[in-house]
Amino acid sequence: MLSKSQARAFFLGGTIITFVIFLGLSWNSLSNEVPKQTHVENLTAQVVQGKHIWESNNCMGCHTILGEGAYYAPELTKVYERRGEGYIKTVLTSKTPWSPRGRKMVAYGFSEQEANDMIAFLKWIGETDLNGFPPKPNLKK
Amino acid sequence: MRYKSQKVAYWFFGLCMLLLSLQLVYGFIMAFAHMGFDNLHAIIPFNTARAVHTNLLVVWLLSGFMGAAYYIIPEEAENELVSVKLAYVQLISLALVGVIAIIGYHFNYWEGRKFLEIPRPLDWLVVINVLTFLGLILVTLFKGKKQTTTSLVLTMGLVFAALLYLPGMIWFDNQTMDSFFRWWVVHLWVEGVWELIMGGILAYLLIKITGVDREVIEKWLYVIVGLTFISGILGTGHHYYYIGVGKIWLIIGGIFSALEPLAFLAMALFAISMYRKGEKKHPNKIALSWTLGTAITSFVGAGLLGLAHTLPQVNMYTHGTLVTAMHGHLAFWGAYGMIVFAIISYTLPNLTGRKLYDSFTGLLAFWLSTIGMLGMTVAFGVAGVTQVYLERKVGLEFGDVQTELQVHFFILICCATMFSTGIGLYIYDFIKYGRPNDEALIEQSL
Repeated sequence: MLSKSQARAFFLGGTIITFVIFLGLSWNSLSNEVPKQTHVENLTAQVVQGKHIWESNNCMGCHTILGEGAYYAPELTKVYERRGEGYIKTVLTSKTPWSPRGRKMVAYGFSEQEANDMIAFLKWIGETDLNGFPPKPNLKK
Repeated sequence: MRYKSQKVAYWFFGLCMLLLSLQLVYGFIMAFAHMGFDNLHAIIPFNTARAVHTNLLVVWLLSGFMGAAYYIIPEEAENELVSVKLAYVQLISLALVGVIAIIGYHFNYWEGRKFLEIPRPLDWLVVINVLTFLGLILVTLFKGKKQTTTSLVLTMGLVFAALLYLPGMIWFDNQTMDSFFRWWVVHLWVEGVWELIMGGILAYLLIKITGVDREVIEKWLYVIVGLTFISGILGTGHHYYYIGVGKIWLIIGGIFSALEPLAFLAMALFAISMYRKGEKKHPNKIALSWTLGTAITSFVGAGLLGLAHTLPQVNMYTHGTLVTAMHGHLAFWGAYGMIVFAIISYTLPNLTGRKLYDSFTGLLAFWLSTIGMLGMTVAFGVAGVTQVYLERKVGLEFGDVQTELQVHFFILICCATMFSTGIGLYIYDFIKYGRPNDEALIEQSL
């Protein structure tokens, strides 16, 4: 029967081994995969500014991006491709709450500059290789 | 209670009750908004309610863990807490940081990074707060007479939880990197080191309640936390499927996530078998209910319902839908909410000297809140699966689908009312116990 010291060895050994593998895989992802899949060469100052606006207004508190967020408002990773620049700008600069089908968005009333930054961010993120996400609807007629 | 300084735990538990009540209010605001009644939009828009709801959860659970540590460590180490004054300073500063953060969320002062919305300047206050807490616990433990496995596992969980907060404080320009390291905090907390904390508290409770030999319980504790880390660390991969990193994570994350329920299954079997094996019948029936309840519910909520959507082929469709909320609610409640309730129920009679061991309201609180939360989970699940089919499989517009889902949020609100009634009864009992006092000191605690 398993003794307490064997159980401790299982815990410590298992933890150390899996953690080392995890660090190795993470290192590989960050140094080899992320630059390619996210096209870091396109990560301009404007995109970074857009990300800052995205974060400082907690857009993730309603929307999702890369599938992460709050499920109250649409997934925005591919919104640039789906809606185009004009639509996005109208929403971002609107002074009254944008409310398609009654569900309201906070009226941020962004300036032209801020809206352009955000659009640059959304355009950049839309080009990320996400291993096939979001899926294409496969029951659509 | 054997040491006067254990009394400080009571106030941490009191803070839990307060913050949990507030969390429920914001939960209702969101549920009503999902149903189409977002009348508070101008003052509390959804993203504010959401950030407050999840951050209150984190703070009250942490407050519960800290209270548990302040109760358990002196008793296990056989040593008074080294400074009760500092513990109170730490409590008040924890409450202050929480309150400032939450007020800030109402005025657009936050960082939109799910679960880590606390702005970086406040993060530093959190760091100081947690360091104070860890300092107190570590010094008390290592100056004490004994360092038991239970107290070491609990302390190790708390230390790692603090360390893992740090990757969330690094700035990244790349959203993928940001997300990658955000999961180091969030995932490695809830599916890693928090389980150590949970395991430590659970082991302590089982030793006290069942009277089974400490050596047996602690041996299995090692096996459980071993399973947790072996599956949980590489299980982080299930957050990396679709965020802009390589396909290797689909394989690694898929396999190790599938193993994650094992740790919770082991925890459930462990608790049940120790209960059956134990010869001592502890009179505190309420604490027993919560202890067995947390072991079983965490297996269902965190283990099985997690597995329900961590397979990459399934997650491709469920990622970023209400299915996540379904798993999230029962997982947090089962694994962490209920363990905090278990330790509170066990300690209250010992802290206050009032032996309300078998109150009707106490049992009602247990059943109403647990069944209420199960009902909410079903409502989220039905809404989530419907969303997946209509939006991801058929291709309907997001907004059109959400309109179809409103009815499920009516059921959600009904179940949430039941849950809240249970919580209300629990808080009623908590208040009825009165304050902790030195008359409750005994030589050999029950």
